[in-house]
Amino acid sequence: MRVLVGVKRVVDYAVKVRVAADKKAVDLANVKMSMNPFCEIAVEEAVRLKEAKKATEVIVVSIGPKAAAETIRTALAMGCDRGIHLTTDSRTDQELGPNSVAKLLAKIVEEESPDAIILGKQSIDGDFGCTGAMLAEHLKVPQCTFAASIDFDAKTVERETDTGTEVVSFPSLPAVFTADLRLNEPRYATLPNIMKAKKKKIDTKAADSLGVELNEGNTVLEVFEPPPREAGIFVDDVDGLVDKLKNEAGVL
Amino acid sequence: MLSRFASRLSRPASASLKGFSALAEDSPFMELRPAVTMYSEEETAVRDMVKTWAQQELAPHVREMDREGAMRPDILKSLFDNGLMGMEIPEKYGGSEMNFTSAVIAVEEIAAVDPSFAILVDIQNTLTNNALRFWGSEELQEKWLPRLATDTASSFCLSEAGSGTDAFAMKTTAIPSPDGSYYTLNGSKLWISNSKEAGVFLVFANAAPEKGYKGITAFVIDAETEGITVGKKERKLGLKASSTCALSFEDVKVDASCVLGEVGMGYKYAIEILNEGRIGIAGQQLGIAKGAFNATMPYLRERKQFGTSIGDFQGMQHQVAQLATEIHAVEVMTYNAARMKENGLPFVKEASMCKLYSSQVAERVASKCIEWYGGVGFTEDIIVEKFYRDCKVGSIYEGTSNIQLQTIAKIIANEW
Repeated sequence: MRVLVGVKRVVDYAVKVRVAADKKAVDLANVKMSMNPFCEIAVEEAVRLKEAKKATEVIVVSIGPKAAAETIRTALAMGCDRGIHLTTDSRTDQELGPNSVAKLLAKIVEEESPDAIILGKQSIDGDFGCTGAMLAEHLKVPQCTFAASIDFDAKTVERETDTGTEVVSFPSLPAVFTADLRLNEPRYATLPNIMKAKKKKIDTKAADSLGVELNEGNTVLEVFEPPPREAGIFVDDVDGLVDKLKNEAGVL
Repeated sequence: MLSRFASRLSRPASASLKGFSALAEDSPFMELRPAVTMYSEEETAVRDMVKTWAQQELAPHVREMDREGAMRPDILKSLFDNGLMGMEIPEKYGGSEMNFTSAVIAVEEIAAVDPSFAILVDIQNTLTNNALRFWGSEELQEKWLPRLATDTASSFCLSEAGSGTDAFAMKTTAIPSPDGSYYTLNGSKLWISNSKEAGVFLVFANAAPEKGYKGITAFVIDAETEGITVGKKERKLGLKASSTCALSFEDVKVDASCVLGEVGMGYKYAIEILNEGRIGIAGQQLGIAKGAFNATMPYLRERKQFGTSIGDFQGMQHQVAQLATEIHAVEVMTYNAARMKENGLPFVKEASMCKLYSSQVAERVASKCIEWYGGVGFTEDIIVEKFYRDCKVGSIYEGTSNIQLQTIAKIIANEW
């Protein structure tokens, strides 16, 4: 089995983001960027499949600016075999949306013919959570999203939902899987592997050279911070609480 | 000449300096030189990886290990498993085969979380491993480098009760057997870091006391060798998780193959290896300074007095700016010294300077961070009091600040 993993370069989860002065986007100047946490989990899953000898090759793909090559290098250092970098100057946190990404990935899938495609369930900048499902639709293959565990032998996936975990089965490969938090705990790239990754191949092409229409149809009008949280109030008793909920919050 | 500057003045304000140049295409100045803080892709990857490792594996246990005065064996193992104990050791020996700057980066990033682990990693990489690689015979390297890279911690045994700065006054002897096939060590060492965890000791002892310091010889000795006793751990102000003990050698017999390099050259090896070790220490002190500073900045925004964040008061802002400037200076000095060493330039003065200055800055920063936290900064609830305790030995070990000043002065005197 050959596996294709998608990774995205996003603002590091620990960064306190600020809106740019022109309110058109988040300010990315000098901000620390890292691999999207759910993409790390996707890479880890693929690498484990290779270690368990269930996969023979893991290809990592990323769509992003020149610096996204670092993200691909990290995935290679975690254990992927080779990388594909589709370069773009569009902002991947808001200009290049899930459908465009899905169409680009579909092109790569057509070229590489992997048996399994594993993505993170969502990115922590766009937070759409759509790319995986859209990709499966474009490819007309099964999709198992929010996977908490994947069993390639039994062809079942445990999915996490708001009400609990459900087990679904997929009829065949190829299929698209998206990784949820509890799928695994990603490894660090050890220092020797960081050195080995230097020798692995990354194929670079321009995203707009694949013959895919990248016009999203959506334009971001404004980006703004949510209003600051106001302090809560204390109520004296349950009656007071009911009164507030009924008459002020209007939820009863 | 003047017209060049005039045309520069007329450039649009928004144009980046990089694109605008009055230089000719074939000018040698067109080759853009990197800033000291522009690290290579691998070095950046090392920094990211160590930062993440330290946050996830080390940070949750720092307080506990400080209280217990001991290192957790599982974290020690993790250091080895992640290649952090053999950073410059060649791959053929199981090392990570990286450069000196990467080792300093690793020490810095670990120190920002726990300076005790940073000193262990620093001594291993910059003192023991490098001494072996520079002067060890092929046989000695093959025997120890793989172990140092994968599972064996080391200690650097130079100081004694009667000889710290005056290292050459050491009394430990290593008398050769009549046929020269083995040496017998007698004496004791003091203030030996990580001696409880170490599986190998790099010991300096005099093989020919009648020759004075020219008899000092370096030995690579298995910690299990009969006759070596590791004393009790000192109870220290800081770096509590790092074991610091006395070592005693009673008729310790070691094979002649344990000699590192040449007999009687130990004094030279000690001085030379400590030169680069100083850059590692500067990395540790830099990590301490950054660790304390980064732990305190969010508090300046959170804490409100008189209706505003305390970070908004100009008095605070000025103090922050001053210390941030000094931290930046330490960073540039430290990594510049590392690059000078890598480039084969003489670096003794610069290494001394960055060790001296970084320990001073670390102390100033840690101290101020406690003040910025106010009352709670004085408690164990906040990490800055630990950085304050941990940094103090920075101006003492691997060459006291007075010795650094002396070293720098001597070199400058020769320049004039």
